[in-house]
Amino acid sequence: MPKLSIIRTTTFRLVLIYLALFALSAFLLLGFIYWSTAGISTGQTDDTINAEITGLSEQYRENGLGGLVKIVTERSRNQRQSLYLLIDPGGRNVAGNLTHWPEAATGADGLLEFTYQRPVGGKDTSRRARAWHLRLGRGFQLLVGRDIQERLKLEKVMRTSLAWAVALTLGLGLLGGVLLSRNLLRRVEVINRTSREIMDGALDRRLPVSGSGDELDRLAENLNDMLDQIERLVTGMRQVTDNIAHDLRSPLNRLRGRLEVALMGEGTQSEYRAAMEETIAESESLLETFNALLNIAQAEAGLAEDSLSDFDLSALVADMADLYGPAAEDKSQTLTGDVEDGIQIFGDRHLAGQALANLMDNAVKYTPDGGTIRLVLRRAGADAELIVADSGSGIAEADRERVLDRFQRLEASRNSPGTGLGLSLVRAVAKLHCAELVLEDNLPGLRVLLRFPDAGWLAEKEQTVG
Amino acid sequence: MRILIIEDDTAAAGFMAKGLAESGHVTDHAADGEDGFEMARHGDYDVCVVDRMLPKLDGLTLVQRLRAEGIETPILFLSALGEVDDRIKGLKAGGDDYLVKPYAFAELLARIEALVRRRDPGVVETHLKAGDLEMDLLARTVHRGGTEIAMQPREFRLLEYLMRNQGHTVTRTMLLEHVWDYHFDPQTNVIDVHISRLRGKIDKGFAVPLLHTVRGAGYCLRA
Repeated sequence: MPKLSIIRTTTFRLVLIYLALFALSAFLLLGFIYWSTAGISTGQTDDTINAEITGLSEQYRENGLGGLVKIVTERSRNQRQSLYLLIDPGGRNVAGNLTHWPEAATGADGLLEFTYQRPVGGKDTSRRARAWHLRLGRGFQLLVGRDIQERLKLEKVMRTSLAWAVALTLGLGLLGGVLLSRNLLRRVEVINRTSREIMDGALDRRLPVSGSGDELDRLAENLNDMLDQIERLVTGMRQVTDNIAHDLRSPLNRLRGRLEVALMGEGTQSEYRAAMEETIAESESLLETFNALLNIAQAEAGLAEDSLSDFDLSALVADMADLYGPAAEDKSQTLTGDVEDGIQIFGDRHLAGQALANLMDNAVKYTPDGGTIRLVLRRAGADAELIVADSGSGIAEADRERVLDRFQRLEASRNSPGTGLGLSLVRAVAKLHCAELVLEDNLPGLRVLLRFPDAGWLAEKEQTVG
Repeated sequence: MRILIIEDDTAAAGFMAKGLAESGHVTDHAADGEDGFEMARHGDYDVCVVDRMLPKLDGLTLVQRLRAEGIETPILFLSALGEVDDRIKGLKAGGDDYLVKPYAFAELLARIEALVRRRDPGVVETHLKAGDLEMDLLARTVHRGGTEIAMQPREFRLLEYLMRNQGHTVTRTMLLEHVWDYHFDPQTNVIDVHISRLRGKIDKGFAVPLLHTVRGAGYCLRA
């Protein structure tokens, strides 16, 4: 897998989007400050010029040209920022601090901006100015203006700041984005590498958890839990596969052997027929073993949740007593059913039925003729107790745990038919139903107790229907 | 009987066709879901045997489409998936019966024949009769040769199922499914014991036995 590049990470993309938004808002904010400041100072300049024009016009009206010349001369001396120039009809300077009339100031009265020369430190410099020019009577013209060089400088500084601010925002944001993404990328990279190792077969590897409890940690923890679950399932599956391989091999071998032997000599029609019938019988028991293994696997996996539902355990147990009654009677065994009505549990009816059938099979099989079998279902507090007790040979205490394992058959039962899987299925089904499974001595015989927790009771009206 | 086999395992379909032909049936074979669908749509079949897993069009969808087009040919699903909910899914999709591989041929044959009988539209019967054995479904009584025979409720249901399928073989699994509603196999011969008790009641003391054992397959009630 190619390494992730920073630019393609989600964090970096997010940072970029935020950065763009942030830079835009910085630009708008500073731009607004700039334009309003510039606007205000332009306005101030114009106001000052207007005020002076008003003043000078009044002076001219009251004291005539002489008064105007006087005051212009006076002001020209004092004011540094204000510019004045009064020219006669021939264009010659009469008073003021400008050296010559700007070329742009022709025609009707109005505002203009122009460049003029001013000596600063003994050297002429070009400066910008803004002025109002107007025609007085008899061909005289007056120009009143203000030097705006300083203001332009300020505006330039502000423009530069604006550019810098935006550039810095972008630069720092970008840097931060890279750092953030790199940090995240490093952790994601570790997760990716570990995942790849796990996919390559190292099922016991787990994702590192930094311990900070952040969202990546939570993600890693959840993934680790998932991996644990997967590992458990895979191990279980492997176990089932091993068992199937192990225990189907010998019957398959018998099957094949029987057919090969039948083919060896010149057999009669009826010999062939017998061999084939035996083969079919053998394949049927093979199938039985196979189904039993699958049932166990299904119960152990406990994943077939859609087949789970509330079901009437009382009815199931009563039916089972009914189903096995004649078989027990055939062996002169006394089968007594003591089933309390209306007990309901949540689970898989078919698997529970199969498990109970296995217990009944064993009871009928291992109880001698004339013995007794007791099938009980009763309430015990919030639980339901299911008991199958027989007066057979029982199971020695030392063997009770062992018989629950797959393919464990006690010496005594080696020669009777059976897959050796019956009690394993009972255990798996008990586990699926969260039920407790106890094998006890029935003095004599075996007593199997299944305690289903939190059994429900059917509503009265449902009971009467059932 | 005309039977359409929709099964991609040609060897298995071959055995099936041969066996069914020996039992007097005519078969056609489709090796994938699409062919099977077309044949089932246009052909006039008494039963379709449909594998759950088929190339091009899976068995479930195929049957759903047939049912959507109003084609009511009885369907027997064959499947290597044996879990209970797979079976329920198959029946919900419009299948009439469900058989898990591997199966005994006798089982397949008995079920195919039972499907066709089930489809026979008939009036609701209140009386069943096989020879001199009579069953009153309303009064819930059984008589043979004019003598009443006392029956347990379960025995009554067992006999009813056998009578409804008289002349045909029913297997132990079919009995377990229809009389006890169990979809699993008890290992011991519990069904055989029930049958032998029933036989004790209806055949004992009569010259002509009605309830026969079909070797390697099941039982048959025949007058």
